[in-house]
Amino acid sequence: MKNDSLAISIASGKGGTGKTTLAVNLAAVAGEVTLLDCDVEEPNDHLFLDVEWGESRESCVPFPRVDTNLCTGCGECRRVCRFNAVVVLGKQPLIYPELCHGCGACFIACPEKAITEVDRAVGIVERGTFREIELVHGRLNIGEVKGPPLIEAVKDAAAHNGRAAIIDAPPGAGCPAVEAVRNTDYCVLVTEPTPFGIHDLEVAVEMARQLGVKHGVVINRSDIGDDRAVRFCEERGITLLGQIPFDREAAEAYSRGELLVDALPKYRETFGELWQSIIKEARGA
Amino acid sequence: MAEHNKRSPRRLTVISGKGGTGKTTLTGGLAALAQNAVLADCDVDAANLHLLLAPEINKRERFFAGYKAVLNPQVCTACGKCVEMCRFHAISMPRENAPPVIDALACEGCGVCHDICPVGAITLKDADCGELYESETRFGPMVHAELGVGGEMSGKLVTAVRNRADEIAQENGAELVLIDGSPGLGCPVIASLTGVDVALVVAEPSVSGFHDLGRVLDLCKHFGIDTTVVVNKCDINPDVTAQIKSSCSASRVEVSGEIPFDNDFTKAMLAGKTIIEYNNSPLADLFREIWMRVKDLLTA
Repeated sequence: MKNDSLAISIASGKGGTGKTTLAVNLAAVAGEVTLLDCDVEEPNDHLFLDVEWGESRESCVPFPRVDTNLCTGCGECRRVCRFNAVVVLGKQPLIYPELCHGCGACFIACPEKAITEVDRAVGIVERGTFREIELVHGRLNIGEVKGPPLIEAVKDAAAHNGRAAIIDAPPGAGCPAVEAVRNTDYCVLVTEPTPFGIHDLEVAVEMARQLGVKHGVVINRSDIGDDRAVRFCEERGITLLGQIPFDREAAEAYSRGELLVDALPKYRETFGELWQSIIKEARGA
Repeated sequence: MAEHNKRSPRRLTVISGKGGTGKTTLTGGLAALAQNAVLADCDVDAANLHLLLAPEINKRERFFAGYKAVLNPQVCTACGKCVEMCRFHAISMPRENAPPVIDALACEGCGVCHDICPVGAITLKDADCGELYESETRFGPMVHAELGVGGEMSGKLVTAVRNRADEIAQENGAELVLIDGSPGLGCPVIASLTGVDVALVVAEPSVSGFHDLGRVLDLCKHFGIDTTVVVNKCDINPDVTAQIKSSCSASRVEVSGEIPFDNDFTKAMLAGKTIIEYNNSPLADLFREIWMRVKDLLTA
């Protein structure tokens, strides 16, 4: 992989630690870059950028459809479905979209070939540009649970374009966060120095470790709690990439949907330096 | 939306679209104020309520849900069919003619590889998703859990926590199940809202908080749940706070309270206390008012 096409994921166990702030401001100082907002349940990066929107397309997962003329009601589809998405009422199988993973087991198993697969939309992938940033994000349909396939679609949309990518992951360490961080070159874990922050950082570190993704920590609002986040990094031998103190002006600028690097010029340097140290770590210098 | 007889407890879930809005801080405060409640931490992905309530764990059990595929390399003929058929890209073949490798984090446990393997080299084992705890806190019983990394079945674990809390509430004749929900809008959130009487949504007055609030309110409406909103850090952006209030009033959602930004919340957290117990904080009175309003909704 070329150095300039590094994929950097930004994650945190706890929500609201400043992942989005970091992602959009790093993108603004990084030059030509692709910003992938993989928080498909709540995509927010676009709110901080004056995006000129381009292409938009639906993202679909395969969903089984039963031809009732061919179906004999044998129940084989129900037997092989490990997600309990199939119930057979009388002689008719009924498939629940919110339980179906689109794995194809029922489609493969049906002895009558009564099952075909159709596309079921779970959300949309939208692309746009702002300055040198190409933004791609996914938006999950309301009431929809299939985040990971949409995240995969967002990541695919920007694969091999030769630019560095910044991937804003969803919070937590569950399947959506894993999907976003998977196969990235480096993961920046954002935390705050509070009991909640550290507890969730531990989970996020474990996720990055299990995925085999190199990682480092940024402590946001570094002066609100105590020194436990710094100690945590020291004890675990995790790179501390930077510390950003609480700043009410920054919180207000964020609340208005402004980039900190635009609203408060001192942050150009903060994020510029942070981006350089992330790149250096990611390249393994 | 839930069907219940007179004896069943009321259920309140505290949620927030965006993470870090103060959901758990608010839940902890309400836990200190509610009488005769069972507490449930359904934010299994990033469980934090126990850090405020210091539960003493009485019972712990491993939680299994779904499956993981396991390959027996002795039997495998490296035909590659499973690699081809797995839609989750969980199986790869590092070398030709060598047995494939299954990535347990990517495996969704659908069993297709098991079903199609011509030589029966793949078995499905129950997936260990995390641990479920039954505990006692200074404010009453609590059910909580810890999800393993990449937890495929977080929605199921949330449901297990919620159901167990319900059972304990029934056994004890508790009046309320107070649930700390998950952030976001996906499967764990939906699981933490199932069968709930009132959803309390914590919003923060920022452009992104406002955006997420809209999506969460849509979700509550989608499931037909009574909803009320609390604005946290309301003074960080008075304009957006006003915007939230007018948008709530337009959609007939009550705003039950506004909480200013205050470092006492962090200090209380560092001390392992809820805001109600911390230093006679004037914020406690604000919480009491919110609690009175929410109680009205619960008994309505």
